[in-house]
Amino acid sequence: MIEELATTDAGEMVVNVGPQHPSTHGVLHLVITLRGETIRKVEPHLGYIHRSIEKMCESLSYRQFIYVTSRMDYLSSHINNHACALCVEKGLQVELPARAKVIRVLMDELTRLASHQLWWGAMAMDVGALTPFFHAFREREAINDIMEETCGARLTMNYMVPGGVMADLHPNFQKRVKDFIHLFRSKIDEYDELVTGNVIFRSRMEGVGRLSAADAISYGCTGPTARGSGVRCDIRKLAPYEIYDQLQFEEPLETGGDCFARYLVRMREMRQSLSIIEQLIDNIPQGDFQAKTKAVLKLPKGEFYSRVETARGEFGVYIISEGGMTPYRIKFRSPGFSNLSALDHMARGYKIGDLVAIMGTLDLVIPDIDR
Amino acid sequence: MTKEELKSALEGLIPVEGGAVSGAAADGDSPKGAAADGAAVFEEGAEWLTMKIASGDWSTYARLLRHTPGLSFDYLFCVTGVDWRTHFTMVYHLTSTVHRQVLVVKARLDHDHPVIDTVSDIWRTAEFHEREVYDLMGVIFTGHPDLRRLFMTDDWKGWPLRKDYEDPINMIKL
Repeated sequence: MIEELATTDAGEMVVNVGPQHPSTHGVLHLVITLRGETIRKVEPHLGYIHRSIEKMCESLSYRQFIYVTSRMDYLSSHINNHACALCVEKGLQVELPARAKVIRVLMDELTRLASHQLWWGAMAMDVGALTPFFHAFREREAINDIMEETCGARLTMNYMVPGGVMADLHPNFQKRVKDFIHLFRSKIDEYDELVTGNVIFRSRMEGVGRLSAADAISYGCTGPTARGSGVRCDIRKLAPYEIYDQLQFEEPLETGGDCFARYLVRMREMRQSLSIIEQLIDNIPQGDFQAKTKAVLKLPKGEFYSRVETARGEFGVYIISEGGMTPYRIKFRSPGFSNLSALDHMARGYKIGDLVAIMGTLDLVIPDIDR
Repeated sequence: MTKEELKSALEGLIPVEGGAVSGAAADGDSPKGAAADGAAVFEEGAEWLTMKIASGDWSTYARLLRHTPGLSFDYLFCVTGVDWRTHFTMVYHLTSTVHRQVLVVKARLDHDHPVIDTVSDIWRTAEFHEREVYDLMGVIFTGHPDLRRLFMTDDWKGWPLRKDYEDPINMIKL
């Protein structure tokens, strides 16, 4: 963990955490300035997995570039693909068949569940509870199996394409999803019994890493990170896409602003996602799963921006087109990047052990930050 | 708040040139940036209201946009630098968590000396976003508290996202 130690004149110690450290969940390098055990400053060093995806996309066609985006936030790959497909569809002005819209929302919510499950397991592991990790992965495996059957992949699905989805649902899809919902309804209560009420867990989480609503907005935090501070920011509610405006679900808000509030938001979001899936699984319309589009896509000259809500927050795709087959410039606004920028502010004044809990509740995925 | 309401609110706040640039040609590539006298120009045809300003006015306007009660653009959600070969355009996507309107601000920068004021003191999120643009595009943000490379190593040469960037070893053009 500690690569080098240095003491400054003011009696402060500089500690390097990462880029290979279990609690950073990827290649994140933090340079922490400590006084005793108290954090004075956290400075993230990024770029260990920077692949310059934005530049890469400038030479990829509008069908190809979507596949690269699965490699950014690999836990929300469906939702990343979704944002890109939406942006291209805005440019092409394609209207999607109802079936495609419902399939997309179903897949998004399953992805959100899988992502939150992994977060829950990893979060508990970060603060010292190893058992939840195995519980979470057991249920997440069920979602991965469903994905594998329909999309042919378990992690980088590449299932959303401009105009709809790549292939129709597998005949087993409905039954397996229903089985999963039935299973997970009881398991999520088990999650709460196992971790949420645990005294040790709560003492690690409550009152730690406070972020005020004003700071959350100023730092551009989105997703459960901002909702834990009481900021309404769910793109599914504020700028509904696909059929989210027709669905019954609530945006969980907590006002604590601490790690436990962010934890509760995600736990409540899992229940909301379950309810969305339940509303849709028996009502998948018949029809085409893809609108007819040309083999080679050309976007008209102009600018297109799409926003979606991933498991981590607001994800934006900004395409500037010059009318060709490839984007002139593409920009990905990743939620993790902005959420990470608040880490220094959140961690100052807390103990070094708390940093792990704070990072856990930010739910960082490093390839999403580095891009 | 609709696009028109936002437009008239802005017209009361900052000097705006009467005629708007219209149509799909209204992108960063059009030779016209802000009006010659420095007044802002609205761009039509985009999803959100887009305002082109002179780069020197940005920090003044940013403060107005952030602190005017009826607007209170408190959330900067996207900062983009675009290399148009002849000039750069900085694109700022702003929204308000109170009124929920979206505004896109564009500022045109000189290609040889791309310099613009930082807004990291107004929106804290800009600190990281501006570092990213500096790192990959080479735009200088005056007044930025910590303008260093973010993704690339400190001794990296060149600005990878610029259109004229060539690197035979680390090929990123496919």
